[in-house]
Amino acid sequence: MSYDRAITVFSPDGHLFQVEYAQEAVKKGSTAVGVRGKNIVILGVEKKSAAMLQDDRTVRKICALDDNVFMAFAGLTADARIIINRARVECQSHRLTVEDPVTIEYITRYISSMKQRYTQSNGRRPFGISALIVGFDFDGTPNLYQTDPSGTYHAWKANAIGRSAKTVREFLEKNYKEEDMESDELAIKLAVRALLEVYIHTQYQPLTSGILEPAEVENIVAAIEKEKEEADKKKKATASAST
Amino acid sequence: MALAEVSGYSSVSGFGLFSRQAHFVDGPNHYSFGVKSQEFAVPVGVDPSTFLQSCSCEDGISIDMNHGTTTLAFKFRHGVIVAVDSRASAGNYIDTKEANKVIEINPYLLGTMSGSAADCQYWERLLAKECRLYQLRNGQRISVSAASKLLSNMMIGYRGMGLSMGSMICGWDKKGPGLYYVDSEGTRLSGWMFSTGCGNSYAYGVVDAGYREDLTVEEAYELGRRGIAHATHRDAYSGGVVNLYHMQEDGWIKVCKEDVSELIHRYRKGMF
Repeated sequence: MSYDRAITVFSPDGHLFQVEYAQEAVKKGSTAVGVRGKNIVILGVEKKSAAMLQDDRTVRKICALDDNVFMAFAGLTADARIIINRARVECQSHRLTVEDPVTIEYITRYISSMKQRYTQSNGRRPFGISALIVGFDFDGTPNLYQTDPSGTYHAWKANAIGRSAKTVREFLEKNYKEEDMESDELAIKLAVRALLEVYIHTQYQPLTSGILEPAEVENIVAAIEKEKEEADKKKKATASAST
Repeated sequence: MALAEVSGYSSVSGFGLFSRQAHFVDGPNHYSFGVKSQEFAVPVGVDPSTFLQSCSCEDGISIDMNHGTTTLAFKFRHGVIVAVDSRASAGNYIDTKEANKVIEINPYLLGTMSGSAADCQYWERLLAKECRLYQLRNGQRISVSAASKLLSNMMIGYRGMGLSMGSMICGWDKKGPGLYYVDSEGTRLSGWMFSTGCGNSYAYGVVDAGYREDLTVEEAYELGRRGIAHATHRDAYSGGVVNLYHMQEDGWIKVCKEDVSELIHRYRKGMF
C-alpha cells in the first residue's frame, strides 16, 4: 500500500498552495524573536498563557539542538518535535563523522532540505513551522538563521516569526543599530522591547549567559518601562516649554 | 511509503533499494558506504572474500595482489614530511618502477598508498571526490580528521571483503598539521610518525634513530629520503625513486624525486 499521489502540486499560476497554507499556520503560532549581536545571539519567545492546571515548565519553545545551537519555532508544535529530533541526531552524526560541531549554516541547511523534501513527496504535507536557529560556529562567529515551510533559509541580523511578526520586524528595522550590537545588554534590551510591542509575558534565552530567570526578565522589563516613562516626561516637558 | 520512512522503518525489498540509494546520494550527509548501500553493483550471491582466497592458492591460476611498498610520513615543527617509494610489484615481477603512490587530493591534503594498488587508487580517488563535494556544500575545506574519518568509514563498510589498503592522510587545516593512518581493517590513528608497507620496519629504524621535533626543514627532507632509501635497499618489493612532499601551512610542495640507487651510492660511505 503506497501513497502515490502528491499533495503539494503547482497551481496554474505557479503557487504551491499547500506551502502557502502552511505559512498561514505559522502565522497563528506565538511570536518568537531573534537578535544577533556582535558577541551574543538572543532568542525570545512569547510565553503562551497556560491553562490554570497546566504545569508551564513543560511548555518549552526554545530547544537545544547541540551545545552551540538553539532553536525557536512558530507553528505546529508536533511538527517541530520531528524536526528537532532529526536535527539533534544530525548534529551528533556530524560530530561523529567530521569530528567537529556543526556550523549554524550547516544545520539550517539540513533542516531546510528536510522541509523541502516534504514539499516534493507523495503522501506528505509540508511541515507547518518556521524556525529561528541561533548559535556560535566553532570559530566564535554568532549566527541567526530563519527557515520557513517551503524550505528556504536566510541569515538575519534580527527577525521575528509567528503572530504579529510583521509588527515586531518593523520595530526591529526601526530600532536596530549596528553600534548598539557591540554591547550584550543593549542587544538583550532590543529583543525584550521588540517582544513588549506585542505581548506582556515573555521568556528569554540569550546564549552567552544561559537562560534568564523570570526575575531577571522582570528587571529588564522594569528598566525598559522606566526608560520609557522618563522619555515620555522629557517629551512633555519640551512640549510644554515650547508652547 | 511515507509513514514507513518517517517512522524510520526500513522495508526490505530489492525494488526499494534503488529509491533508498537515490535518497542517500541526494542527502546532504550520505557518508554511508557498505554492503547495504553499495558504491558499485555486485551480483547477488557473490562473496568477494572466498573468491579472493581461491585466487591466491598455489595450484591453478593465482592472482598475486600488489603489496610491496614503503611509505613514511612524520610531523615536525615546520609541517609534515611525506616520502614514498615507487615500485609496483606483482609477485616476482616489477610492474613499474615509477608508480605514483601519493594522491594529491587538494592543495592541502595528501594521501599515500600501500597495499593493493587498485584498492588504494579507487578508494582514495573516491575520497578526493567526497572532499571536493564537502568543500562545495559547506564553503570551506574539509578538515584532515574528517577526511580520514570518511576513508575509514568506507573501509569499515567493506570490512572482511578482502580490501587491502594502508594509507596515511596528511594535511594542514584550522587545527594545524594533521597526520592520520587509515587501513582496510578500519584502523584510524592520529600520530606523529607512521610508516606503511612491507619495508616499513627498515624505515622505522632509520627515522626513529634520526627524529627530533625541532629538525630543520633540510634535515627533515634528508631524514625522509634516508628512510625510504634504506628500506628499498633491504626490501625486495620497494625501489625505484623517492617521491618527497612537504606539507606546509599554505599547502604542500613536491620537494624532490630521486633515484634510490643514487641515494644509496651517496650514503655508501657509512655502509657495508
